[in-house]
Amino acid sequence: MSSEQTCLIIGASHGGVNAAFALRKNGWKGAIHLYDSDPALPYHRPPLSKGYLNGTDTIEQNILKSAASYQEAEIDLHLGQSVVSLDSRIKQIRLTNGQQATYDRLILATGARPLVPPIPGLTDNERVFTLRTAADAQSIREAFAASSQKRVVVIGGGYIGLETAAALRQLGATVQILEREERILSRVTSTEMAQFFTELHQSKGVDILTGKEVSSIESKDSAAKVICSDQSVYLADLVILGVGVRVNTALAGQAGLRIDNGIQVNAHCQTSDSNIYAIGDCTSFYHPHYQRQLRLESVQNALDQARVATANICGQVESYTAIPWFWSDQYDLKLQIVGLSQGYTEAMVRREANASSFSVWYFRESELLAVDAVNNARAYILGGKIIQSGKVVDRQRLIDPGIPLKPNTLLLK
Amino acid sequence: MAKITFITSDNQTIELEGQSGSLMQLAVQNNVPGIDGDCGGVCSCATCHVHVDPAYWEKTGTASEIEQDMLEFEDNSSKYSRLSCQIQISDALDGIVLKVAK
Repeated sequence: MSSEQTCLIIGASHGGVNAAFALRKNGWKGAIHLYDSDPALPYHRPPLSKGYLNGTDTIEQNILKSAASYQEAEIDLHLGQSVVSLDSRIKQIRLTNGQQATYDRLILATGARPLVPPIPGLTDNERVFTLRTAADAQSIREAFAASSQKRVVVIGGGYIGLETAAALRQLGATVQILEREERILSRVTSTEMAQFFTELHQSKGVDILTGKEVSSIESKDSAAKVICSDQSVYLADLVILGVGVRVNTALAGQAGLRIDNGIQVNAHCQTSDSNIYAIGDCTSFYHPHYQRQLRLESVQNALDQARVATANICGQVESYTAIPWFWSDQYDLKLQIVGLSQGYTEAMVRREANASSFSVWYFRESELLAVDAVNNARAYILGGKIIQSGKVVDRQRLIDPGIPLKPNTLLLK
Repeated sequence: MAKITFITSDNQTIELEGQSGSLMQLAVQNNVPGIDGDCGGVCSCATCHVHVDPAYWEKTGTASEIEQDMLEFEDNSSKYSRLSCQIQISDALDGIVLKVAK
């Protein structure tokens, strides 16, 4: 591999940072430049809505790699710098400060940004917050500390909304979650899990209100008035918006790359331009195991795609086949998810003797699609292995807590 | 302040000093090869697996049920396996030696 070649990586979060280090590990000899508009040394995002928000964790403890590591690996970090344009014909990017850089290979790890729906009063409102960056989390912490009544309204009952609710509740907030659908977590998990999380939050004193479509937000001196289409009104010192994301595809669009609910990539994380790869939340790809087009917002996906893209850039042929995994921490509870449950025909609940631990196993006919495990790492790991292998689970044994969760006890003979 | 030694899978010895946080965070901040901490320290990925020097085993405390389960299914796991994100640094760990799992 020539040392004259340059790889540029746009986006320095889980995907971009891991790609940079993986390039070096795979023998990339040329320059590596990593750009991000965020000025902070790249950090883990998941704690932003968890430990970092409730103050048990600091951002310094959650950096992805130390500053010295980048120097040692000769990775040039360009933080606080936005890439504004990409011309794929001359393989060149341009930054806000006017600087230009050319590439031989480009990796787009541009991620996504919080979706802000066109609701009157939602934008340019100092009481309304989204949560994606360390600065966002810091703003929420500061505003929360400064508010006297600590009333929080969370719009959106997805994982970000629920985690933020839990973290702020633990700091003493009065929390109301407004969910547009008839149940929380409707886009991401089953009714069984939604019911469990609803009861969990209610037991901690969080109000979960479903079927609530926010129609406008009025700002008064003392509070924001969140008004729903059914005329109900909720007062808040802070409004947290967690209703999903928009994929950052502007640069991909300029380069004329194929975009369909994300930047389309093949099994090697390569876009429709063979010199440009894309990884992480911003990509849309065909998953061979689940046999459909996916876009995943997760650390696992960013890391595995970083590995696959860089292997291919360095001349090894590797394809993305990983079974997705996720986690969520709320209060003292750990949810671990492996696989994708969409399209399931049956959900079976296994309750362990220890009452705080259970798992939901999702099947499509005889095929295990996914496992949601609450305080139960065994179910999570074992479920992942079974999904990967395609072996068939004996469901009667599965739901019998007297039969231990072990590789050979659960499978149909 | 505790002196903490990591031995990497290719037998490189890395001596560090730590005050607080987890052993995984210390390793990541100092770029110890083989300790990735992909999940950020929430006991969900097992990319911070270490073997603790038996002499220091007692001092690392007891692994939670979740950690034990993660380790049980992990390749190359031993009697002295721990996930280093689950061990908080304190003076009691001074002198500890950890072998990074393959």
